[in-house]
Amino acid sequence: MTGGSPLLGGSLEVWIAIVLIGVATYGFRLSFIHLFGRVDEVPDRIKRPLRYVPPAVLAALALPYLVTIRPSVAATLADEQLIAGVVAGAVAWRTENVTATIAGGMVTLWLFRFVVFA
Amino acid sequence: MTVEGEISDDTSPDGTSPDATSPDDAGLYGDVWAGVRDVSPLLLGIAPFALVAGIAAVDAGLGLAEAVGMSVIVFAGASQLAALGLIGENAPLAVVVGTAVVINLRVVMYSASIAPHFADYGRRLRAGLAYLLTDQAYAISVAEFEANPERSRWRYYLGAGGGLWVVWQIGTVLGVVVGASVPDAWGLTFAVPLVFIALLVPAMKDRPTTAAGVAAGTVAVVAAGLPLNLGLLTGAVSGILVGLLTEVFGE
Repeated sequence: MTGGSPLLGGSLEVWIAIVLIGVATYGFRLSFIHLFGRVDEVPDRIKRPLRYVPPAVLAALALPYLVTIRPSVAATLADEQLIAGVVAGAVAWRTENVTATIAGGMVTLWLFRFVVFA
Repeated sequence: MTVEGEISDDTSPDGTSPDATSPDDAGLYGDVWAGVRDVSPLLLGIAPFALVAGIAAVDAGLGLAEAVGMSVIVFAGASQLAALGLIGENAPLAVVVGTAVVINLRVVMYSASIAPHFADYGRRLRAGLAYLLTDQAYAISVAEFEANPERSRWRYYLGAGGGLWVVWQIGTVLGVVVGASVPDAWGLTFAVPLVFIALLVPAMKDRPTTAAGVAAGTVAVVAAGLPLNLGLLTGAVSGILVGLLTEVFGE
């Protein structure tokens, strides 16, 4: 998407994306705050799927960074990013702390990248 | 989340000062500061997240103006990181926007849940407050509104949401600086999936939510090669469906 016409030092398309996402997100934020009195309750039809948005979206975001499918199972598993991701998952589960999770994952990544697999 | 006045009770000579237990006794800005104070432990959690947003922006080829522009206009972390990843891969505009929009759908729930607390306020104030609605501002404010009905709700929420906003912007700027100066070999952008993992693990709190996460992750990996970078969106939608199915058939 980069490489469009320059605008404020960047691509016009990037700015269009930012504004469109921003407008939609603001619409979601304002939705019921604005409508309260006319629509008081989120219909169950909408509420139930929304419960699964965070785990589904976060997993779909995270996993492709960690797993690269390679010709053999061994090569797929002996991947520094996957190992670091598993360690980070364990830290997140034990601590529920963002900083500790990032630290655990990054240190593991560096350990395997610069020491074990070097 | 205690009331400021509770602390000053002891200093009141007769202990009968009518304002001693009122949240307003700290003055006009007391409720704003209470929001800032209560949100401050969470700021430690979002600061690294904001740094990562800045780093990811540099990695996607964005400049400082675009990175800060995104953090101000969108102001929603997970969707920003997803959009930046897709922008870096030259995904089509519609996929970038569509993916970010699906991620932010959950905010509708917060809007519905917090709406009754803002019902007395005018249209313009409500429109302004809506801008600051995030996972953290929502969680902390609704808890306080229920625990402490005397509180000026909009001021408290402004303190909490405003504190988050300021840290988010500063973190983005610092992230851009860090991202531009650390060698690629360090793999700093790997902090992006680590942030998602930190948020994902507590989000998988029961069987249906866990099933949603496992299905979404698996489909996203398998679908990573889909044209137009539709893998993420396909994975997310599959996960939502599997979560619903697990809920229905688990009953």
